[in-house]
Amino acid sequence: MTDLAVDRPAPRPSALRHVAYVLRSNPLTLIAFLLLALLLVAALFGPAIAPYDPYASDAPAALQPPSWSHWFGTDNLGRDVFSRVLVASRLDLAISVSAVALSFVMGSVLGAAAGYWGGWTDRLTSRMLDTIMAFPLFVLAMGIVSALGNTVENVVYATAIINVPFYARLVRAEVNIRREAGFALAARLSGNADWRVLALHIFPNALPPMMVQVSLNLGWAILNAAGLSFIGLGVRPPTAEWGIMVAEGANYIVSGEWWMAVFPGAALMLAVFTFNLLGDGLRDMVDPRLRT
Amino acid sequence: MALLDIRDLAVSFRTRRGTVEAVRGVSLSVARGETLAIVGESGSGKSVTSYALMRILDAGGTIKAGELTYGGVDLRRAGEREMADIRGREISMIFQNPRAALNPIRKVGRQIEDVLLRHGRATRLNARARAIEAMEAVRIREAGRRYHAYPFELSGGMCQRVVIALALACDPKLLIADEPTTGLDVTTQKAVMDLVAELIAERGLSAILITHDLGLAAAYSDRVAVMRRGELVEEGAAAEIFARPQHPYTQKLVAATPRQGVGVRELLPPEARTPAPPPRIGSRPLLEVVNLTKTFETGDGPVQAVKRVSFEIRQSESVGLVGESGCGKSTTSAMIMRLLDPTSGAILFDGQDLAETPARRFARDPRRAQLQLVFQDATDSLNPRWSARASIADPLARLGRLDRRARRACVEELAELVGLPGELLDRFPHQLSGGQKARVGIARAIALEPKLLILDEPTAALDVSIQAVVLNLLVDLKARLGMSYLFVSHDLQVVRLLCDRIVVMRGGEVVEQGPAEQVMGAPASDYTRSLLEAAPRPPSGEAGSRGLPPRAVPL
Repeated sequence: MTDLAVDRPAPRPSALRHVAYVLRSNPLTLIAFLLLALLLVAALFGPAIAPYDPYASDAPAALQPPSWSHWFGTDNLGRDVFSRVLVASRLDLAISVSAVALSFVMGSVLGAAAGYWGGWTDRLTSRMLDTIMAFPLFVLAMGIVSALGNTVENVVYATAIINVPFYARLVRAEVNIRREAGFALAARLSGNADWRVLALHIFPNALPPMMVQVSLNLGWAILNAAGLSFIGLGVRPPTAEWGIMVAEGANYIVSGEWWMAVFPGAALMLAVFTFNLLGDGLRDMVDPRLRT
Repeated sequence: MALLDIRDLAVSFRTRRGTVEAVRGVSLSVARGETLAIVGESGSGKSVTSYALMRILDAGGTIKAGELTYGGVDLRRAGEREMADIRGREISMIFQNPRAALNPIRKVGRQIEDVLLRHGRATRLNARARAIEAMEAVRIREAGRRYHAYPFELSGGMCQRVVIALALACDPKLLIADEPTTGLDVTTQKAVMDLVAELIAERGLSAILITHDLGLAAAYSDRVAVMRRGELVEEGAAAEIFARPQHPYTQKLVAATPRQGVGVRELLPPEARTPAPPPRIGSRPLLEVVNLTKTFETGDGPVQAVKRVSFEIRQSESVGLVGESGCGKSTTSAMIMRLLDPTSGAILFDGQDLAETPARRFARDPRRAQLQLVFQDATDSLNPRWSARASIADPLARLGRLDRRARRACVEELAELVGLPGELLDRFPHQLSGGQKARVGIARAIALEPKLLILDEPTAALDVSIQAVVLNLLVDLKARLGMSYLFVSHDLQVVRLLCDRIVVMRGGEVVEQGPAEQVMGAPASDYTRSLLEAAPRPPSGEAGSRGLPPRAVPL
């Protein structure tokens, strides 16, 4: 019984303590989570804390540079840019989060099936995904939105579809290497049906790399949605949305009113930066092996 | 003067739980032409000691104190450039897993060339000839052709030879072999170790053999150092230390090593021994395997992995299925376990042919509960995201008829049965030790009270002292639950401890079967005899009762 005698009774660390550890061990992760908190506050409480009505035009106050009363200046209709940037975060985050969630689910199902059963399921799924990947993805998204109709929901669907292959391929590889792992066989011996082995035993082990993909993808999805509205697809003016605001502001850069495009652009950049930084931290949090 | 002198070495690692002292005040020396074996169980610091003197410690590891002197050079303070010259040219290393030590996408001959060129032992013009010479030196036949092979095209033993060729390519003076034969079959192990011993003698090398296997250390070294938890507990001449171990830990290790003429209870320390349960073998066959055949279709045509294998297991009987890797024993057990469909033949379990139900649908078959498996690698067999409790409860939830509360009680009962403390149930696999994981695996397998338990080398990954405990646990469980065992292994000494009958397989066929004493004592086939002889002779526990183990090659 030597193996038991030497063991000290270690207290079981809670999930919260694990999160605290991950945050403490990597300052970059901490910064990323603070930025995320900032974005979430803006998204949830944006309309409440905005100093001006983002849609109220005020012609005499048009095109004012940043000042104490208008931190980010005003646009050509006299609307407060700061309020609009703040309020736009809700729409932009909603589009990207729902698009990523959709592609996460679709990609997981397709990839897991392809990786687990292989054969024809795999060949069919993989070729389908290859077909999507063969298009320039942004052009494909443009095509989908113009074919389905110019609405916010369709921007979400288009963004989801072009992201599915990334998830599916990742899950397929992760599931494939674990298909014959001892614990998968053990699960079958315990009387688990195939779908149960796949969904409850194998798939959760693919989560850590998926989390990295999710966070990178969130940034990418925001850019994609903003890009689509920049060229006039999806969200339409006067809605406050970062892509449209950059598009509107672009016309005024030449005449010196830089604040209209720069601040929404900076917000966009900050969001993408946050999500990219988030990846490693999220992975460490969902990996039980890092808990001691 | 000693070639290598280690004095008061201390190595520590920074981890999340704080600093771990991996090696504490170890002093060792190796003379010219001497082979020192460092023996210890996992976590004893034996590998860390050698990594420290090569200065290849993992991140977070530092040499805290001590002196490392090699031929007058201070290894602890040598610059990185100086160390790069010493590694390979003066001191070289053979690693545990030969496949991991070789670059998988580079031809093996090229890899030897790389080392030769790096240390200026060859020029571009003669590198190839030199590499082939080095391969011939480690007795690789047709070296010219094998030069072009990739590691995956070679067998494990052949890969280890390439690694040895790499290690010896630059004529080092000190060779460190870190568990050089773990994972190899006994006959391959013997061939590789004989080769290493021969090369050491031929070139007058000094060597450090790091191993957990006492028999191996006894057979292939001059002096043995025993380590435990980072400390040196005993050191002495190889023959002496096994014949008359002084330290209680060494005595326990020697006693726990399975060897001829020792029962399973005698592996345990005397105070832990309980009377062995009497054998109660039933008369009715529980499992009859009749002409079982499995043919795999591959790119190069069909391969017969198992050819017309027949044997039977009676109730409460233990049968050992023995053979080297590739002999078809795993395929046979997978078919009996209903993970694979046989090409032909019958698997009669309680008189019913299991082969009639396809493996795919067997997961939901009521007979699934009666056939269970204990896996070779407990770590791999436990889901890293599931706690021990969830893993043990899984078969109960799927195939049992218990409600949630009864299941919880049942899991706790099972944990007690296999000797797993209840507070460990909520831990994840990586928070458990090897022995504890083995217990979780066993608890899961017996949760449904199966009639037949297949044990697939359940102790291969465990230290000898834990192996002794787990083997005894299996004996007790069998007596309590009346199960039959099919023990799949390549280690005849371990199989003998547990089994009433032994079936020996080679090349997919049964070459011999019979009662354990008969197969072990008077083997009928040459193959069984060669298996028995290849195992390094474990040292005798009783002082001088059987004489001293002879060295394989006199130095």
